[in-house]
Amino acid sequence: MAAAAAGPGPGSGPGDSLERPEAEAPERRRKAHGMLKLYYGLSEGEAAGRPVGPDPLDPTDLNGAHFDPEVYLDKLRRECPLAQLMDSETDMVRQIRALDSDMQTLVYENYNKFISATDTIRKMKNDFRKMEDEMDRLATNMAVITEFSARISATLQDRHERITKLAGVHALLRKLQFLFELPSRLTKCVELGAYGQAVRYQGRARAVLQQYQHLPSFRAIQDDCQVITARLAQQLRQRFREGGSGAPEQAECVELLLALGEPAEELCEEFLAHARGRLEEELRSLEAELGPSPPAPDVLEFTDHGGSGFVGGLCQVAAAYQELFAAQGPAGAEKLAAFARELGSRYFALVEWRLAQEQGGGDNSLLVRALDRFHRRLRAPGALLAAAGLAEAATEIVERVARERLGHHLQGLQAAFLGCLTDVRQALAAPRMAGKEGPGLAELLANVASSILSHIKASLASVHLFTAKEVSFSNKPYFRGEFCSQGVREGLIVGFIRSMCQTAQSFCDSPGEKGGATPPALLLLLSRLCLDYETATISYILTLTDEQFLVQDQSPVTPVSTLCAEARETARRLLTHYVKVQGLVISQMLRKSVETRDWLSTLEPRNVRAVMKRVVEDTTAIDVQVGLLYEEGVRKAQSSDSSKRTFSVYSSSRQQGRYAPSYTPSAPMDTNLLSNIQKLFSERIDVFSPVEFNKVSVLTGIIKISLKTLLECVRLRTFGRFGLQQVQVDCHFLQLYLWRFVADEELVHLLLDEVVASAALRCPDPVPMEPSVVEVICERG
Amino acid sequence: MEDDAPVIYGLEFQARALTPQTAETDAIRFLVGTQSLKYDNQIHIIDFDDENNIISKNVLLHQVGEIWHISASPADRGVLATCYNRTADSKVLTCAAVWRMPAELEPGGHESPEDAASPAHALELLCHLDHAARGSTACVVWEPAGAGGRVISLADNHVLLWDLQESGSRAALASSASLEGKGQLKFTTGRWSPHHNCTQVATANDTAVRGWDTRTMSQIYCIENAHGQLVRDLDFNPNKQYYLASCGDDCRVKFWDTRNVSEPVKMLEEHSHWVWSVRYNHSHDQLVLTGSSDSRVVLSNMVSISSEPFGQLADDDDLSDQEERRPEEKSQEPPQDSVITTYEEHEDSVYAVDWSSADPWLFASLSYDGRLVINRVPRALKYHILL
Repeated sequence: MAAAAAGPGPGSGPGDSLERPEAEAPERRRKAHGMLKLYYGLSEGEAAGRPVGPDPLDPTDLNGAHFDPEVYLDKLRRECPLAQLMDSETDMVRQIRALDSDMQTLVYENYNKFISATDTIRKMKNDFRKMEDEMDRLATNMAVITEFSARISATLQDRHERITKLAGVHALLRKLQFLFELPSRLTKCVELGAYGQAVRYQGRARAVLQQYQHLPSFRAIQDDCQVITARLAQQLRQRFREGGSGAPEQAECVELLLALGEPAEELCEEFLAHARGRLEEELRSLEAELGPSPPAPDVLEFTDHGGSGFVGGLCQVAAAYQELFAAQGPAGAEKLAAFARELGSRYFALVEWRLAQEQGGGDNSLLVRALDRFHRRLRAPGALLAAAGLAEAATEIVERVARERLGHHLQGLQAAFLGCLTDVRQALAAPRMAGKEGPGLAELLANVASSILSHIKASLASVHLFTAKEVSFSNKPYFRGEFCSQGVREGLIVGFIRSMCQTAQSFCDSPGEKGGATPPALLLLLSRLCLDYETATISYILTLTDEQFLVQDQSPVTPVSTLCAEARETARRLLTHYVKVQGLVISQMLRKSVETRDWLSTLEPRNVRAVMKRVVEDTTAIDVQVGLLYEEGVRKAQSSDSSKRTFSVYSSSRQQGRYAPSYTPSAPMDTNLLSNIQKLFSERIDVFSPVEFNKVSVLTGIIKISLKTLLECVRLRTFGRFGLQQVQVDCHFLQLYLWRFVADEELVHLLLDEVVASAALRCPDPVPMEPSVVEVICERG
Repeated sequence: MEDDAPVIYGLEFQARALTPQTAETDAIRFLVGTQSLKYDNQIHIIDFDDENNIISKNVLLHQVGEIWHISASPADRGVLATCYNRTADSKVLTCAAVWRMPAELEPGGHESPEDAASPAHALELLCHLDHAARGSTACVVWEPAGAGGRVISLADNHVLLWDLQESGSRAALASSASLEGKGQLKFTTGRWSPHHNCTQVATANDTAVRGWDTRTMSQIYCIENAHGQLVRDLDFNPNKQYYLASCGDDCRVKFWDTRNVSEPVKMLEEHSHWVWSVRYNHSHDQLVLTGSSDSRVVLSNMVSISSEPFGQLADDDDLSDQEERRPEEKSQEPPQDSVITTYEEHEDSVYAVDWSSADPWLFASLSYDGRLVINRVPRALKYHILL
């Protein structure tokens, strides 16, 4: 083949046709391989491994698609020497042969497969033909069977219908039998008292009888039944009315009656009326317990009775009613609610009446327990009958009682305070046994303070019961918030402290200002009490309260500082009033002594007047009294013999300066000038000025008031020579004894100087006494 | 008028008695009586020149004794009455007399104190208001209206009504009443009400204030315990006929409605010692003046109980350019009583204060050391009341 390929020229056609497939076969196969490889994703490596052929369009490539034998041959002949041509010819021939053998092998393989396939198909064709025949036979058989079946059915049809009819007749007959027997059964049931059974029978038969009442026989049965049923209803009602058998049986009766078709409306009324009767019975018994006389059973027992009797009954009634008349809908519920509300309010009225009787009593724990039970009991009907508002009303009653209780405690505290005051008054007024001192002021104060404090604590403790955890109403918002903050803290404690301050202040404003009404010692004691409250007790009490009643309410409360300020103001007013009262007592004494004496015709002084001694005594007494309750206070430091020293100044040098000019014609001017100059250097004296909380300040106030009174009184009189000298003596005496009481003894000197100077002015013949004589007289007196 | 500074005048002697010259309505003139046991007592006639802030004085001798009370006739400016002490035989007697000032006295002459001693200016005695059986006279009050022919004197526990006849030269006792009771009752002071045709007089004794009808000389009302201690002075509201002010040793000033005397209408407690004198302003009765022995004079504004409680009613004109509602709101506010000023010019107890009869914005106060202080109502308040 290679020779043929190489031998013939380019023009030989068969050579071309042969050569081309030969040459292309491996290429095509490779192509197919390439496709597969491409498909299996192996192409890259192979493709890369394949020598990069020359241009695929190269017509000289044997394996190329555009292979042109002419061009190829031309090229070979033009380019190659003979030897190479020979080589390529043999090579080509070898390739062609290999291709041929390959092709033959392929053809053989495929032919075998085709043969076996043809065999298989032929066999299948035979089998199918056989199967078709059998199917045909099956179809005919089925048709026969169907025909038979239809024939049997047709034959049985008739009999089946008859059986059905017979069954229906049987059922009907049984019903009829039941109907015919019904009257006797009912009678029997009624006789046996099996009302429930009877009602059930009646219920079953009623509709049928209703339907067939146009048939005479049924009519008769129905009539019988109705008669019996009427009797039954009669008996049921009878039982219902007799009533004594208790709520559950009644409820059963009502249920049966309802089933008998009695009108629900009427039954419901009757039921409630009956329940009312029973509950009213309970209420009456409660009322009897209240009685006209003081109640025998205590309040706890009372609420127990009320709780078990009335509230329990109400619960039963309500439960039964709701079960029975649920079908009545909202109207029925409303009726029940109204019923409960009405009876409830009567019950509450009774309870409140009873509780009001308890208000006066002191035992809070019993009351709280009673309230607790009362409240607890009412929770059940409250839940059952939300519309009747029983629980709310109960809570309201409890709250009201709690409030009243607080008011009661406040009154109690106030009464206790007033009682303390009365005790103090009595203790103060009690005539002192000879040689035996009564209880000291400090002791009295301590008694009062401790007794008030213990009263407050007792009140707090008993009020605290209302908020105890185990009490059912303690978690109501009122008791958690308002009760604690507004009720206890503000109403009870703050209210009490305020009222205490007011009571104390009222002693300052008493119209009988002339003295007497209030013993001054009481004023002093109250003042100290208020001051103690300001410094410690108020904050202690309030802290105690806040701790016991954890206030959760956000409403504003009176701060401690305000109360303290009030107490302090009260203390200050009381003390100032005390100073005024005591000052007035001494003032009156001095004034009387100046006004009633005839100073013009008095004798030469030999003694200090008794009234001055009295003044000093009284002042000392006041000093002791105040010293019992108030601290000493600060005074200006002065040496102990200051009275002597100042006296010498006062009586010698100043007196010279004062009285000497009286003898010269220009005297009045000079006196004025001197006293004015002296005043320029002294501070203005506020006579009735507020006092501080110490003994010295109190006494300074009293002495100031007294001496100023003396001055004004002296100015209203005219003195003879000896009158003036008496005043001189008196003033020196006061000087000797009063300086020690005051904060600034200069003040006493100043006022006394003024007194003597005024007396000198009011004297037509001012001849002062010798200072030494004055001293002698004073020391003697 | 430029400044509100007080004008101070010093007397040589102690003094307690002060009165405006009631009949004089043009010149600002006060009369002051002195108290001296050793020298001849004087009555200083003090003229105040408001324009120039100058004080001029005339001195009249009052030789019969020291003056405890002085009052000027409301009708005749030359006539005045004094209560004075006469010391005789180591006895002190308080008498009362009506005097006439010398006619030739020309106010405004500047004289030195030495000249005052000259006897040329002595008072001319018109008559004594003494009754043989009566005791010491505490005060003399003139009938506020009328011809100045009637006076009342309070002697111990007697109220004596005198008719001055023959131009005051003879005093006839018209009627009298006396206060009976346990203890030694003594009138301390009295005022004649300008209302009800001058038929009412109020007197004070101890802590009680009593009203008298001058026609029957019987008691009309009695305020027992008007003050905690002695009542020192009284004054009638010149514009509200039932209102009466009183003051006393309890440091308080109380305002009463004489129709209901169980409780005072108002109470002031501004002084720290006895209040010796209380005076309503003659035209603007919300202005109340008090003098006390704490050496202070207090001018208070008692709007709430005055005859013109809404002083701001006229404010509308001033505030017309502001919101219209403002002045209404303002006048709706309850009037506030308040202390206007406390005057502290005195060094000694102030026993007498009084308003000028000529200038309603001017007043004088007198302290024991003889210091007379003339003050004015603060200008701001004056305009507030006027406008």
